[in-house]
Amino acid sequence: MAGTEPAGKPMDLLRFATAGSVDDGKSTLIGRLLFDSKSIFEDQLESVERTSTERGEEYTNLALLTDGLRAEREQGITIDVAYRYFATPRRKFIIADTPGHIQYTRNMVTGASTADLAIILVDARKGILEQSRRHAFLTTLLQVPHLVVAINKMDLVGYDRAVYEQIVDEFTAFASKLEVTDLTFIPISALHGDNVVERSVNMSWYEGSSLLHHLEHVHIASDRNLIDVRFPVQYVIRPHASTDPDLHDYRGYAGQVAGGVLKPGDEVVHLPSGLTTTITHIDGPNGPVDAAFSPMSVTLRLADDIDISRGDMIARPNNRPEVAQDLDAMVCWMTPDRTLAPRTRLVIKHTTRTAKTMVKDLHYRLDVNTLHRDEQAASLGLNEIGRVSLRVTQPLFVDDYGRNRLTGGFILIDEATGNTVAAGMILGAR
Amino acid sequence: MQRSDYLLSQLDVLEAESIHIFREVAAEFERPVLLFSGGKDSLVMLRLAEKAFWPAPIPFPVLHVDTGHNFPEVIEFRDRRVAELGVRLVVASVQDAIDAGTVVEQKGRRASRNRLQIAPLLEAIEEHRFDAAFGGARRDEEKARAKERVVSFRDEFGQWDPKNQRPELWNLFNTRIEQGEHVRVFPLSNWTELDIWDYVRREDLALPSIYFAHSRRVFERDGLLLDAETGFANRGDDEPEFAATVRYRTVGDASCTGAVKSSAVTLDEVIEEIAATRITERGQTRADDRTSEAAMEDRKKEGYF
Repeated sequence: MAGTEPAGKPMDLLRFATAGSVDDGKSTLIGRLLFDSKSIFEDQLESVERTSTERGEEYTNLALLTDGLRAEREQGITIDVAYRYFATPRRKFIIADTPGHIQYTRNMVTGASTADLAIILVDARKGILEQSRRHAFLTTLLQVPHLVVAINKMDLVGYDRAVYEQIVDEFTAFASKLEVTDLTFIPISALHGDNVVERSVNMSWYEGSSLLHHLEHVHIASDRNLIDVRFPVQYVIRPHASTDPDLHDYRGYAGQVAGGVLKPGDEVVHLPSGLTTTITHIDGPNGPVDAAFSPMSVTLRLADDIDISRGDMIARPNNRPEVAQDLDAMVCWMTPDRTLAPRTRLVIKHTTRTAKTMVKDLHYRLDVNTLHRDEQAASLGLNEIGRVSLRVTQPLFVDDYGRNRLTGGFILIDEATGNTVAAGMILGAR
Repeated sequence: MQRSDYLLSQLDVLEAESIHIFREVAAEFERPVLLFSGGKDSLVMLRLAEKAFWPAPIPFPVLHVDTGHNFPEVIEFRDRRVAELGVRLVVASVQDAIDAGTVVEQKGRRASRNRLQIAPLLEAIEEHRFDAAFGGARRDEEKARAKERVVSFRDEFGQWDPKNQRPELWNLFNTRIEQGEHVRVFPLSNWTELDIWDYVRREDLALPSIYFAHSRRVFERDGLLLDAETGFANRGDDEPEFAATVRYRTVGDASCTGAVKSSAVTLDEVIEEIAATRITERGQTRADDRTSEAAMEDRKKEGYF
């Protein structure tokens, strides 16, 4: 197993989400990636083999590796997002393995929210199905920067180039209606390993890379927003009780950089006050740093004594987020307990700020299979997606989700139950 | 670490994510506590907490659930580390709970105090009104843990409901609870065993000596090498003891934590062995997880770590 960090080029991290059902061969594919990177351990494999045999299954059911809950194993379904980990000498990978059925849309939205890349599995025999379109739509809704369509079971169509190309054409036509930034097609057989780790000898007509090679090399560093400085203040560090006189006046603003590059000497603006000041020091986890960028967790020290607290935002004087109490957003409703409708009152958590909010308007409900907009819809139920207007009790410092996933995303919480009931992507602010 | 292309190594990314989690919870909860066993994961947790609030001290106490079946080296190590950091140590004792009659000691050779930790843990949370407990569990450890949230809700009985968990998106965590409820927080969720060891090496963290190869009297049970020196594992007459050169891959209750044969005496040698191993850490070393396919899930539902 690879993964130790020797001197030289450091290993980076790629998070990807997989969407599909067991029928698409998703578990087989994940099993193969884990197995071929030696990330499945003998005792795990033995346990899975034992359970498969006890159930009378004639093949080793690799889905049992990821289906961790008793109910999942008993019902033979994946209920929740499962996170799996593997590494090659180049990269560490975190897989958010999400169930593909429509009743688990919320799980796919969750898995996609942090993904750098999404893999959509298509059965070569069946072509593009309703669920393939749904998965592609959700991937772009969550602004996953890279999309891979893995056309699986090529062995069952005789490794036929024409089948592959027809699916590519059909998917490309559909994708032109979505905002897909980077789209890659790979013909594979997860069962036999064609184009998964090694290039397939059965498809010499395919000139691209294997799936693993693509995952190892896809360029993700520039997916982050390195332009718009956004630093949501998370925690104020004041070791005033310290006996060390040097620390007596220490006042640091801790947080995780959500965008841009911050440097000592930079002029910054504090929101909501609008006061400007200068960064004097940036303390990183291992001491002072001369630049901070996403996703670093750092502590800023500023030249002027401004009243700054959690929930505030640091930006650049000439590049500020919108300061808004009225938001337009796409939301995915995630609870069966109640519905979303105009006048629904909720709690919004956006960056480090939490406030009360009310739904002013539901503009339409989107059919995630056809992209049809139902403007007559009166409410959103579990797993439904729609465009809403929200009124928030205090200003939030926001960007469009397409510009910055961290300052454009929010969650909605039901105060009565404490549950997270929706995920939101900001489309505009007023 | 300064590079013109603004890249971070995966360990830097994991560290940043964990620090974010520590700060978020410290900001949003009134009485957090860090669960500390003296094992490698909790030592990494302490280091991350130290960094998250530096130069201020760690703003919460640490809680050790003491089974009474400890490896003496680990307790000694715990006390030293806690003193160095100047944090307050709260001990919840399984022995006290047994003496008070709150829990009943298991009988028989395979008796273990592992499950008995749940009651004193929940009692300590209640007594001290802790509303967030940081744990060192990782998703790569075990399949029930793979489904665990970073900030994981526990009801007033300390129970986990795996089928009704709050979705977690981006880096936003829902921290809403009512009085009497609490959350468990897992800042190491996305770390693997190898990441932990790489970080121990990078940070030059001291570990209890039992993580490195040493000579120990052991005996074999169910394919595990259990300790015969502390006397906690109830060795039977038909389980002959012998001397072996071993190290521990995990540190837990001495009655059910197995050692592995090893000659790795340095950190580099240990990491080399871990990188080459073909067996998971819990599968190799924990008798308690071998009870059934859902042993961990069942313990977790009751309030286990």
